[in-house]
Amino acid sequence: MKRSEARFSRAQVWVHATFAGLVLLAIASAAFLWIDPLAQVFGRRAFITQVHTVVGLLLPVPLALGVISPAFRRDAARLNRMSSQDWEWIRAKDRRSGRIPVSRFNAGQKLNAAFTVGAVLVLFGTGLVMGSVLASWPTDYRTGATWVHDWTAFGLTIAVVGHIYFALKYRTGDASAPASEPDKSRVSN
Amino acid sequence: MGHEEELPRGAPVGRRLILSMAALGVAGIAFGEPIQRGIDAALSPLRRADPTGLTGLVPGAGGWRYYSVTAKQPNIAVADYELNIGGLVDSPLTLSYQDLLDLPTTQWTRDFQCVTGWRVQDVKWQGVHLRDILAVCGVQSSAQALTFVSYDGAYTESLTLEQATTEEVMVATHLDGTTVTQEHGGPARLVVVPMYGYKSLKWLSDIKLVEDVEPGYWEVRGYDVDAYVGESNGRNDEAI
Repeated sequence: MKRSEARFSRAQVWVHATFAGLVLLAIASAAFLWIDPLAQVFGRRAFITQVHTVVGLLLPVPLALGVISPAFRRDAARLNRMSSQDWEWIRAKDRRSGRIPVSRFNAGQKLNAAFTVGAVLVLFGTGLVMGSVLASWPTDYRTGATWVHDWTAFGLTIAVVGHIYFALKYRTGDASAPASEPDKSRVSN
Repeated sequence: MGHEEELPRGAPVGRRLILSMAALGVAGIAFGEPIQRGIDAALSPLRRADPTGLTGLVPGAGGWRYYSVTAKQPNIAVADYELNIGGLVDSPLTLSYQDLLDLPTTQWTRDFQCVTGWRVQDVKWQGVHLRDILAVCGVQSSAQALTFVSYDGAYTESLTLEQATTEEVMVATHLDGTTVTQEHGGPARLVVVPMYGYKSLKWLSDIKLVEDVEPGYWEVRGYDVDAYVGESNGRNDEAI
């Protein structure tokens, strides 16, 4: 990959955009179901529930389509592996100084990616149980699924907020280059 | 990128994290119910004393949740409130909020259980027995059921005449000592104690005596018409 090229392939940008859009829609619709003042402003509970369900069912689609792209698969493999240097990097106070070499993705990005996929997997599964989508589930399981769904959604929302924060903060940087040599790539996080 | 290939590849931490989360999720589905019940019981007193409402954001912390099926919540001044009772009655009736207060009042402190799982403990209701209101207007012998209509223009509910005339059905004017607020369906709402919350219609506008039960808003969307807590909708909550 040359410096002048975009950091991510078109397929990857497309997967990221649709997945991000769906996640934000899921969070927004959930907020209108969850936060009383919002529910009081907008109401329409049956409609919002439907939106949230459909968005949730669509969530895995961009990820599944992404697997077709070799670039997506390659980056997924990179995100999967944490080297000893990654662990050192994430513990270091001066992790942004460039002292510890970072490969294409830094350790925070790797952990965030895995957490996001894990959370979406859990939300998808518990969502199916809550709505008794594929099979009818006993109430205790549905209550348990609701509990897991709520807490996981909390965690994912925090992760998404953090992800956007870091993306904006390091917008001009590039994790694939040493910190002293920022390049022109458009997406950093 | 030159240095990338030189770095050690490391352990598949991402995969491990994802699989661990999935396993925790499955365990949570299996054992979450008793855990949630414990948290619910522990946080319920806290929530009661919380003026900020922040505890309402904690999953499973108990307390009221606001549900409405329409875009806007009806905003009815106490002075403008009217309850119309019609259909198969001897004499149709319109009651103001003050008229309701002038009827014999009754009080209970009972739990409120939603079909989606949340339960509010020890809710203090004050109001008028529905059967006392029906006695004023007179029910014709052909009437076997009641249809309730909300000011919101969309929500309806139903009860059989037999269910509606039990001691545990009231038109509530007060909740926890004050006039029922807008959020809680005020100035006056239906309260059907032994059934799930969706039977306790908010912003009560009309009561119609009819021949047969007409399933209500959520009932045409799959909820049980006879909604006794713990005995319907596939749920096993403790009865109220």
